[in-house]
Amino acid sequence: MTSENENLTSRARPRSSHKESAVSQPLLQIRDLRVAFSVGKKDREVLHGVDLDVFPGETVAIVGESGSGKSTTAAAVIDLLPGTGKVTSGSILLDGVDLTAANRRQMESIRGRDIGYVPQDPMSNLNPVWSIGFQVEEAVRANGLASTRKQTRERAIEVLKQAGLSDAERRMHQFPHQFSGGMRQRALIGIGLAADPKLLIADEPTSALDVTVQRVILDHLASLTREKGTSVLFITHDLGLAAERADRIVVMNQGEIVESGPSRIILESPQHPYTQRLVAAAPSIASQRIQSVVERRGLEHADEVLDAEPVVEVRDLVKDYKIRSGGFRSEPFRAVDQVSFAIPRGKTLALVGESGSGKSTVAKMVLQLEKPTSGSVLVDGADTSGMSRKEVFDLRSRMQPVFQDPYGSLDPLRSIGALIAEPLRVHGVGDEKSRRERVFELLEQVSLPREVAWRYPNELSGGQRQRIAIARALALKPSIVVLDEAVSALDVLVQDQILRLLADLQSELDLTYLFITHDLAVVRVAADMVCVMEQGRVVEQGTVDEIFTTPAQDYTKRLLAAIPGADIPLGGAR
Amino acid sequence: MSSNSSHYVAPVKADELVVDQLRLSEKKSNLWLDAWRDLRRRPMFWVSIVLCLFIIVIAVAPNLFTSVAPSGGACQLSKSNGGPEPGHPLGFTLLGCDIWSRVVHGTSVSMSVGVLATVISTVIGLIMGALAGFYGGFLDSLLSRVGDIFFTIPYIVAAVVVMSVLAEQKNEFVLALAIGGFSWASTARIARAEVLRVKQSDYVTASIAIGLSRFRTLITHVIPNSMAPVIVVTTLGLGTAIVAESTLSFLGVGLGGVSWGADISQAQTSIRTAPLSLFWPSLALTISVLAFITLGELLRDAVDPKSRAQR
Repeated sequence: MTSENENLTSRARPRSSHKESAVSQPLLQIRDLRVAFSVGKKDREVLHGVDLDVFPGETVAIVGESGSGKSTTAAAVIDLLPGTGKVTSGSILLDGVDLTAANRRQMESIRGRDIGYVPQDPMSNLNPVWSIGFQVEEAVRANGLASTRKQTRERAIEVLKQAGLSDAERRMHQFPHQFSGGMRQRALIGIGLAADPKLLIADEPTSALDVTVQRVILDHLASLTREKGTSVLFITHDLGLAAERADRIVVMNQGEIVESGPSRIILESPQHPYTQRLVAAAPSIASQRIQSVVERRGLEHADEVLDAEPVVEVRDLVKDYKIRSGGFRSEPFRAVDQVSFAIPRGKTLALVGESGSGKSTVAKMVLQLEKPTSGSVLVDGADTSGMSRKEVFDLRSRMQPVFQDPYGSLDPLRSIGALIAEPLRVHGVGDEKSRRERVFELLEQVSLPREVAWRYPNELSGGQRQRIAIARALALKPSIVVLDEAVSALDVLVQDQILRLLADLQSELDLTYLFITHDLAVVRVAADMVCVMEQGRVVEQGTVDEIFTTPAQDYTKRLLAAIPGADIPLGGAR
Repeated sequence: MSSNSSHYVAPVKADELVVDQLRLSEKKSNLWLDAWRDLRRRPMFWVSIVLCLFIIVIAVAPNLFTSVAPSGGACQLSKSNGGPEPGHPLGFTLLGCDIWSRVVHGTSVSMSVGVLATVISTVIGLIMGALAGFYGGFLDSLLSRVGDIFFTIPYIVAAVVVMSVLAEQKNEFVLALAIGGFSWASTARIARAEVLRVKQSDYVTASIAIGLSRFRTLITHVIPNSMAPVIVVTTLGLGTAIVAESTLSFLGVGLGGVSWGADISQAQTSIRTAPLSLFWPSLALTISVLAFITLGELLRDAVDPKSRAQR
C-alpha cells in the first residue's frame, strides 16, 4: 500500500451534517469522465465527458433510461466496468485521491471500506451455496473490521440488524433462497454499509421489488445513511423515486448529463426539453396530474362506466395448484380465490397486485391457457368452460395476449413479417398476398416502416419489439387484448409512447383491454376500472377515480402511498 | 457545477429528442446469420471445412484419387510391407496391397458409417429429448429413464454384441444402427434441457394463445430454437462415430472389408519392421476426426454469443 492510500483510509471521516457540507469540498468529484468499450479493434465511447459532484452527507440521484450511461458512471467509480470497458480520460476524485490512477490493490481496499455498493438484482447478487451469515462475515473480514472469529460473527450480526433484519442471529444460518427479495436486499445493503463507507453507490437497489417493500427498504436506507452521514449516489430510472429520495438529481441521456440541479427545481421547472418530457411522462407524476383534473370535474362512478354490456366477465374464478411437500404428498395452494369482475366493451380494466397476488394466473385463465379449478370465464356472454377445442380455437382469434418480456415474446429465428402473419396463417385468413398486405397495414398501425418485416426481433429495441407484439396481437382483428405487464419492462418515455399507442388503437378499433400490472401509477393513466388483488383475492374494485381518491381498504391505501413521488408537488411541465 | 445547488442545463441536441428511434444496420441479423458472420472471419473454420469437404469427396468418389484396387487381385504378396514405388506413393501393406488405395477406399466406409450413425443418434436423441422436455410429466419420466439405461451401456460394447449376433447380415446400415442406436442418450439429454429452457419463453405461450396446437408449437417454434447445441453435439459426434467404426473394425467385428480400423489392426503385427503401414491409416483417421471436431468446436463458439463477445 502506498503512503497516499494509507493516508486516505486512516483519515478521520467527515461527519458533517448536510448544512455544513454546502461549503465543504465535494467527497466525490468526477470531471470530464469518458468511458469506452472496445468492440473488436475499435473503441465505442459510451460516456462523453461526465461532470459530477457528491458532497459529504448528500444524496445524489442519477436518473436516465437504459443505455443512458447511469450505471456505467457508477461502475467507473468503483472500477468495476464490465467486459472491455475502460476509462479513457477524465478524473474521479474521492476525497482528493484520483481513483482512475489507483492500482488494483488500492482499489480493493477502497471498495467496501470507502465506497459501499448495493447492486441491482437481489436475486443474483448473493451466492446461493453459502449462508447469508458466511457472506456477511466475508465482507466484514475483507474490510478488516474484525480479527477473531467471534468478533467477525458479532459484527456480522450487528450489520444485519442495522439493515433491518431484527432476528439476525437466527437468520445467519439461512441461505439466500430462504430469504424474500426484500430480505435479500436488506442483507446486501448490510454488506454495502458493513464498513461504514463514506460513499454508498446504490444501483437501482429496489427496482426488482414490490412497491410496498421498496418504500420500507428505502426509508430504512435513508435513515441509516442520514445517521452516519454517508453520501449516497443513487442510480434509478424512476424520476419520481429520485425526486423523493435525493437532494440533487442528475439527468443523463446517451452518455451525457443533460440537466442537473436540486430535485425540486428539476421537477418543478425542468429546463432541458429532454427532462421536460421525462417529467411529463413519469407515470407517478402524471397520475397526480390526472388527480387534480378529477378534483375539478368530479368523480366518475362505476355505474357510469358499466352501462355497456360486458365483453369479458369472470365469475368466482378459483385456481388451486398442488405444491409438493416432500415425498409423494402435496398440499393444495389457492393461487386465485373467488375472483369476479366484468369489462364493458371498449374499456380497460386493470388487474393490479404485487408479485404472488395471482393476477397473471387470472390472465392465463381468461386466455384459456390454464383451466380454472372452479368458476367461469364468459366472453361475449358465452361460457368458455364447456367449449370444444374448435370453439376455443375460434375464441382465440377474438382474444389476443401481449406479454411482458419484449425479449422473450417473439421467436428469435422468425422474421418480423412471418411473426405478424403467423396468426393469420394459423387461422387460414386470406392468401399469401393479402396476408402480406395485412402485415404492412399492421406495421403502419404501430408506426413502424415496412422494411422491418424482413428483419429479425433481435435487431429491434424493447419498445419496438413490444410494438411488433401488439401488431401481431391485432392481426386477427380481436375485440379483446390481454396486456400482461405489457409496458412494465420499458423505459419511461417508451412506456408513455406505447401507452398512447394502445389508447389510440383502443378508440380506433373499439378494443377491450384487460391490463395486468404491478404498477399503480401506470393504471392511473391507462385504465378505466381497477381491480386490486392481494394473495389471490380481489380486495377492492371500482373505477380508477374511486380507487385513487377514496380507497376503502388498507392494502389499497398502502399501495397508493408507496407510489414513489406521490407527495411531491407538481412540476411546471404542461 | 462547482456549487452544491447550481442548476446545470446542457445545450440541446436535435437527435436526442426522438423517442425509441429505429436503428437498423445494413445487415440482417439473427442467431445463425451472426454465427455465419463470425465463422466466416476464422481461418480455422475454412481449414476444417475444406478438409471435411475434401474427405467427403474422397468418400463419395474414391476412384478419382486412385486407380489401384485396394484388395483382391491388385495385391501382390511379393510386395509385402514394401516401400513406396512409382504408382504406389505410400508403399504396401503386409498382404502386399497398396496403402494409398486402402486409405482412400477406407474413407468411404468410415464416412458412410460415421455419418449414418450420427444421423441415427441425432434423430433418436432429438425426438426422445424434445418429447420428454416439452410434454413433461409421465412421458418425461419414462423417456428419461430409457435414456438413462442407454447412457449406462458403453455403446462400443453394445455395438460389439450387436455385430457379433448379426454377423450374418452385416452391412453399413446395420453397423451404423449398432453405433447410433446406443449413443443417442447424450443428445437426448442436451435436447431435453434446451427444450425445457425454450418452452418457458413467452413466444411459446403466445403461439399457443394464437391457436397453434401444442405439437405444431413444438415443431415450428421450440425445436428450431433448440437446435443450436444439438447441431454442435452432432458435429462433435461425427468424429466419435468415425472412431467407433474404426474401433469395431480393429476388434474384428466391423464390416470386414477395407477400413482404417482393420488396417491399423493388421499393421500392428509388423509394427517394428514396417511402421508406415500403421502410420498412414492412423493419420487419415486422426485428420478426419480432428477436422470434424474442430468444426464442431468452432460452431459451438459461434452460436454462443457470450463466448463470441469474449474473443
